[in-house]
Amino acid sequence: MDLSAINPVLLIASLMVAATPLLLAAIGELVAEKAGVLNLGVEGMMIVGAISGFAISVETGSPLLGFCAAAVGGAVLSLLFVILTQYALANQVASGLALTLFGLGISSLMGQSYVGLKPPSTGEIHIPLLSDIPVIGPILFQHDPILYFGIALVAIVWALLKYSRVGLILRAVGENHDAAHALGYKVVRVRTLAILFGGACAGLGGAYISLIRVPQWTEGMTAGVGWIALALVVFASWKPWRALIGAYLFGGITVLQLNLQAAGVAIPVEYLAMSPYIITILVLVILSADKSSAPASLGRIFHASN
Amino acid sequence: MIRLEKRPQPSQTWSMATPLVAVVATMIFGGALFGVLGTNPLAAIRTIFFDPLFGEFAFYYRPQLLVKGAPLVLIAIGLSLGFKAGIWNIGAEGQYIIGALVGAGIGLAFYPLEAWYIFPLMILGGAFGGFVWAAIPALLKVRFGTNEILVSLMLVYVAEQFLASMSLGLMKNPEGFGFPGSRNLQEYASAHNTELIAGSGMHLGVVFAFIAVIFAYVLLNRHMLGFQIRLTGEAPRAARFAGVKPARLILFCLGTSGALAGLAGLFEVSGPAGQINIDFNVGYGFTAIIVAFLGRLHPVGILLAGGLMALTYIGGEIAQGQLGLPAAAIQVFQGMLLFFLLALDLLTNFRLRLAKGEVA
Amino acid sequence: MNETLLKIEGLTKAYPGVVANDSVSFDIDVGEVHALLGENGAGKSTLVKMIYGLVKPDSGRMVLRGQPFAPAEPRAARADGIAMVFQHFSLFDALNVAENIALGMEDPPRMRDLARRIREVSETYGLPLDPFRTVGDLSAGERQRVEIIRCLLQDPKLLIMDEPTSVLTPQEVGILFQTLEKLRSEGTSILYISHKLEEIRRLCDTATILRLGRNVGTCLPAETTARDMAEMMVGSTLQTPERAGRDFGDVALDLSGLSVPSPSAFGTSLKNVHLTVRRGEILGIGGVAGNGQDELLGVLSGEIPTAADAVKLGGQPIGRLGPTARRRLGLLAAPEERLGHAAASDMSLTENALLTGAVREKLVANGFLRWGAAQGFAERVISAFDVRTPGPANAARSLSGGNLQKFVIGREVLQAPEVLVVNQPTWGVDAAAAAAIRQALLDLAAKGTAVVCISQDLDELMEISDSFAALNEGRLSAPKDTSGLTVDEIGLMMGGAHGMEVAHV
Repeated sequence: MDLSAINPVLLIASLMVAATPLLLAAIGELVAEKAGVLNLGVEGMMIVGAISGFAISVETGSPLLGFCAAAVGGAVLSLLFVILTQYALANQVASGLALTLFGLGISSLMGQSYVGLKPPSTGEIHIPLLSDIPVIGPILFQHDPILYFGIALVAIVWALLKYSRVGLILRAVGENHDAAHALGYKVVRVRTLAILFGGACAGLGGAYISLIRVPQWTEGMTAGVGWIALALVVFASWKPWRALIGAYLFGGITVLQLNLQAAGVAIPVEYLAMSPYIITILVLVILSADKSSAPASLGRIFHASN
Repeated sequence: MIRLEKRPQPSQTWSMATPLVAVVATMIFGGALFGVLGTNPLAAIRTIFFDPLFGEFAFYYRPQLLVKGAPLVLIAIGLSLGFKAGIWNIGAEGQYIIGALVGAGIGLAFYPLEAWYIFPLMILGGAFGGFVWAAIPALLKVRFGTNEILVSLMLVYVAEQFLASMSLGLMKNPEGFGFPGSRNLQEYASAHNTELIAGSGMHLGVVFAFIAVIFAYVLLNRHMLGFQIRLTGEAPRAARFAGVKPARLILFCLGTSGALAGLAGLFEVSGPAGQINIDFNVGYGFTAIIVAFLGRLHPVGILLAGGLMALTYIGGEIAQGQLGLPAAAIQVFQGMLLFFLLALDLLTNFRLRLAKGEVA
Repeated sequence: MNETLLKIEGLTKAYPGVVANDSVSFDIDVGEVHALLGENGAGKSTLVKMIYGLVKPDSGRMVLRGQPFAPAEPRAARADGIAMVFQHFSLFDALNVAENIALGMEDPPRMRDLARRIREVSETYGLPLDPFRTVGDLSAGERQRVEIIRCLLQDPKLLIMDEPTSVLTPQEVGILFQTLEKLRSEGTSILYISHKLEEIRRLCDTATILRLGRNVGTCLPAETTARDMAEMMVGSTLQTPERAGRDFGDVALDLSGLSVPSPSAFGTSLKNVHLTVRRGEILGIGGVAGNGQDELLGVLSGEIPTAADAVKLGGQPIGRLGPTARRRLGLLAAPEERLGHAAASDMSLTENALLTGAVREKLVANGFLRWGAAQGFAERVISAFDVRTPGPANAARSLSGGNLQKFVIGREVLQAPEVLVVNQPTWGVDAAAAAAIRQALLDLAAKGTAVVCISQDLDELMEISDSFAALNEGRLSAPKDTSGLTVDEIGLMMGGAHGMEVAHV
């Protein structure tokens, strides 16, 4: 065992990388849940995003186009969820599961000819001066643009939810869809957009794994990150900034256990590998006492019957 | 514009018809998908649905139907009880693994002793392992109100790591030349889940699956507990008013489904699979979710759905070998089936009406 | 001023199986308080939903200030100066007052300016309200104020009010009427929907009466007796329940020092509730909605456990017993919410009979269901209470509100309870069914059952109960003999004006 092999600067820097897919998926799901939709298909949308992004950036050589494709891929899959839950009024839990099962299948179908390839590198943003500061530079200012985009997205979502009219309407729909309908708001339209946004974010998160974090394509590579993102929304009490903190905590745990594995700690690899999942459960247990901030219409089916 | 109109009562006819319509729709769209992948759609559909039953090698595939169908039905029956009550056990895959680990562990602990009581003990162990794994989300939900969906699912990943740890460590075959995986239980008579009739595919797990179907049928239609399960799913508040104790119901539904999934794992590891290994689990726990819905959460429906889903597994393998259809295509096919089913379910409770054009 | 504001001509709207409005016509003048009077199910709600753009008429037309008026959605109606205060408030519990109001406006100002305007309007009309309070924490009267202020901020030409007094104490009703009169004097027209005749006589200039979707007449309320209006509304002479003089037996139900927190986030906790009911007595419990009625029913039915001694049945402590054990001892209950609480909507009437009848009617043997017996019980309820349905195999949701309520009450009454607790037994029920239900409660009490009737309908409570108490913010007033109780006294028991003040006219 050699703990000194763990470099704290790299650890924190890679923590941010590990947290980003979670953060992207969680912020998307947070918006959907704020609109009253429980989409358990995050894992499926992520993995579809992962392969869409991977395939397009390999084909075009452009990671940026890849990320765009990932967002589209995630959103297209979430469109199925829209059809099921908003138009066919299907149970949201079952539909979300269907989305995940379907997404895992379709992604491995799409990814058959991409196994073992290397995607083009996304590259880092190099900010003169800032990036060169010792310790802080490598931690904060030497990352890829998507990572910063994720953080910006949290800020944007927070501001929109809290201060804008769009955010107010979204919260109102998630809080009491019948009342929102009575006031003339288009519940189904608002929810559809929120679900699509959630899908696009999950897709981006998936592509972040396949294009930056790993970077390559393997079947089922999201390995439960989508589910952890769902737990993260509960952890965050549906508040964007808390989702950011939560994502960094989980990212930290993931990176730490990988580092410990590499450092050859006496704990068997498998037990280290299961730790993020166990910690997710523990966090859920601690936080589930407080359900008061959950949107009141979450998971309920809306039908404008007279 | 199509308008939805709520029926005064759920339609019995559509409730029965939707799974069939969904299967047909899936065949059409799935066939189209296979066509896009460069396989002749009709040949693919025939290979998947017809050949295993009536093709040249049907004598080999028919028993497989029981072998693949039994775990699916066993798990899906358990899941359906919870789903009916609005209790979502998504982690059957994990319970299946733990059931297999505990059951096989008991068997391996007795090796090389030959005794009649070993296999019964393994069965109990399998059920107990699955039960305990499912009791974790149940207790957390009862005690802390923790979401059982997320917890049961997280425990799948934990169980998979356990499985890896066991097949590389504690349960590794000491005479296995360093390869991962346990001793083969098929070669250990006291722990082997043998075929009851040679060549039929009929092992004890199949018998248990049929018993589970009958048990669930009686429970749901004739017993107060079954009524309470249905009532809780239909109207949770009315259920509390009727005197249902939610905590007991959660423990029962999750515990039963866990035990059944554990049994499925045990029968698999001691029979068709033979040994504990890293890739022992093949996703029965997740496919069973589709089976449960396709069977409309009804025991007899699940029996039929389990058979159908087993057919797609076997047919999919044949199509893979003969037509070069990718394995993932079958997974997509199964997912598609669930989609159509959920979408068409609408017709049970709603009527579609063409709305009259608005007066301009 | 006799200029017509809104002209309604031949509005018709049909739903599958029922014509909600059949060629309804009437006019609303500028500055007029116009009553729309009718029983539950007469089509009042559908009519106002058409005016407000929530429902499109099948035929007929509306003319607003000489212009054809056909709002495609509420937004369009609001833009034309129509505002509506809903009976079931369309409010968002987790949002604050200002956010709720902003949602009801087309073009809301910035939050800070909006808050200032809310304060202004609320002072002008005597409706004090803090813009930054969370709506879920407000009382029913305050919630109504949010709705009213939301409407007033848009400077409406026509204000529609759907049963506004059902959530107010008599004192609060008085203040509301002053606000409405002030609005009328400023030239605002008000469409006032109610089935309370005295109110309409006090407030309204004209009344249009709907029965079974048709306009059956217009009258001047001030010049028409309540009885005549009632007969136009119901279409036949009214039957008032018979009430024989009664003797009371021993104390059957006894609550003492009962305090429990509400299980729901925005519910009302019960605080130190005391009450006793004797055999043969009907105790009426009044109070504005949301003052602990649901919680009181939950505590009595056994859904909310309490300290053992807090609830006693025939002297026996039962606070810890669940609903099933209480039923075995003879304490039965019928909650307010028919679908989803008292009954499961997608389940058959036989299954719904089983829902509460399992123990006392012996519909279960060794845990196994006796379907035949359950069906027999359901059939008995259906015939004894004249429930209109093709048979017990039909789903609860296929029944009309009144029929389902008769089934729910009948199911408990036929089990011969020692104590029966009902919450809002005639809410949303047509007059004939309501009368039948009240009579059933009176008959039950005459046979020696102790009855607790929780209701917001004061007329109903005065009609059937022997003693009266009121719930106010989770506290129960001391019960008083019903005879000789004045409206003022009742109002004070219900909490008076809840901090409202009279408009500074």
